[in-house]
Amino acid sequence: MSITVTLLIQIVAFVLLIWFVNKFLWAPMSVMMEERQKKIADGLSAAEKGKKELELAEQRAKEVLQEAKVQAQEVLSQAEKRGTEIVNEAKEKAVEEVERVKAAATAEIEQEASAAREALRAEIGQLAVNGAAKILAREVDEKAHADIIDALAKEI
Amino acid sequence: MASGEKMGTVEYIQHHLTNNSICLEDGGCGPMSFWQINLDTVFFSTLLGALIVFVAWRTSRSMVAGTPSGFQNFVESILDFVQGQVKDTFPGHNPIIAPLALTIFLWVWLMNFMDLIPVDLLPYIAHTFLGIEYLKVVPTTDINTPLAMALTVFALIVYYNIKVKGVVGFIKMFLFHPFGKFLVPVNIVMTLIEEIAKPLSLGLRLFGNMFAGELVFLLIALIGGTLAVGAAALFWAPLQVVLDLAWLIFHILVITLQAFIFMVLTIVYLGMAHTEDH
Repeated sequence: MSITVTLLIQIVAFVLLIWFVNKFLWAPMSVMMEERQKKIADGLSAAEKGKKELELAEQRAKEVLQEAKVQAQEVLSQAEKRGTEIVNEAKEKAVEEVERVKAAATAEIEQEASAAREALRAEIGQLAVNGAAKILAREVDEKAHADIIDALAKEI
Repeated sequence: MASGEKMGTVEYIQHHLTNNSICLEDGGCGPMSFWQINLDTVFFSTLLGALIVFVAWRTSRSMVAGTPSGFQNFVESILDFVQGQVKDTFPGHNPIIAPLALTIFLWVWLMNFMDLIPVDLLPYIAHTFLGIEYLKVVPTTDINTPLAMALTVFALIVYYNIKVKGVVGFIKMFLFHPFGKFLVPVNIVMTLIEEIAKPLSLGLRLFGNMFAGELVFLLIALIGGTLAVGAAALFWAPLQVVLDLAWLIFHILVITLQAFIFMVLTIVYLGMAHTEDH
């Protein structure tokens, strides 16, 4: 139980053991653990970055969507406007056409009426002459009074 | 009992507390001679040190960085624990501190653990099968082991004191601490005592605790060995078992605590050596 030369041996053993523990246990293990720590930290920061990027992308998508909505609205209103224009144009054209057709019809009717009147006049003339001839046939020579009859017919 | 023959309680205890040593002196060694090697102490401490190195080598060979499992987790948690202690108590950075603390913790714990092996088991085996008369299995109950570690730590303390503070700073520490420049002689004595007390308290604390623990184990072992004669054995034998178990469980705490204290104090002392202003 006294201090002996064992002390020196134990000192040597202790120092050697420290060296061994450092070489075989501490150094490789701490290097590995540090590596893992770094890996985990990297992973976490990458995840954080990804999250931020996702947020950014979402923001961007929202903006694009908003823009698209505005554009669509614009297109829609433009189309509506154009539609109204077309309808108006068509209406105008229709009215014009109606006018034109109406005018044409009126002209035709007038023409026909005048033709009919002409024919009627001729016929009535003929009729009157015929009537007069019949009347006069009893009293007058048709041929002698033809010039008077023609002058009469022309007055109708 | 180890010697195999009937002996008294004092002889029993003394027998157990005697190291198996060889003498390097011509003409034999006296009881207090310096020149003897305690073979059992050297053998068991070296064996346990080799065990640490072997297990460390095996673990570091099969270790994986990604998903550690099983034993690697266990080793890593010890490493983390030691590193946490170093980070908490040691100022600045010194790559030797953590491995040193780890070595102390593991080695002291394993050597203390030898205390939990039944006191008569290994001596009995050694005596019966190998013919070895004396065997003291717990290296930390031999004053040489704790003191060797304490002195190594002390050497490091002095080395880093000088390295960090410089030779002048180191001398200044002796001259002007703790009472300033007007009490230089007192300062020298005080600082000397303070510095020498460090390795002494470090070594003797461990030695004392383990020695006392071993002694209690021996006394408990004596209950059955000497008092149990005839029918009385029915009472004494169970008592010995109960007491032994209780002390064993308590001792698990003690050996861990002692290893922990030795480690932490080493870190603290070396930390003090590293601080510029004392």
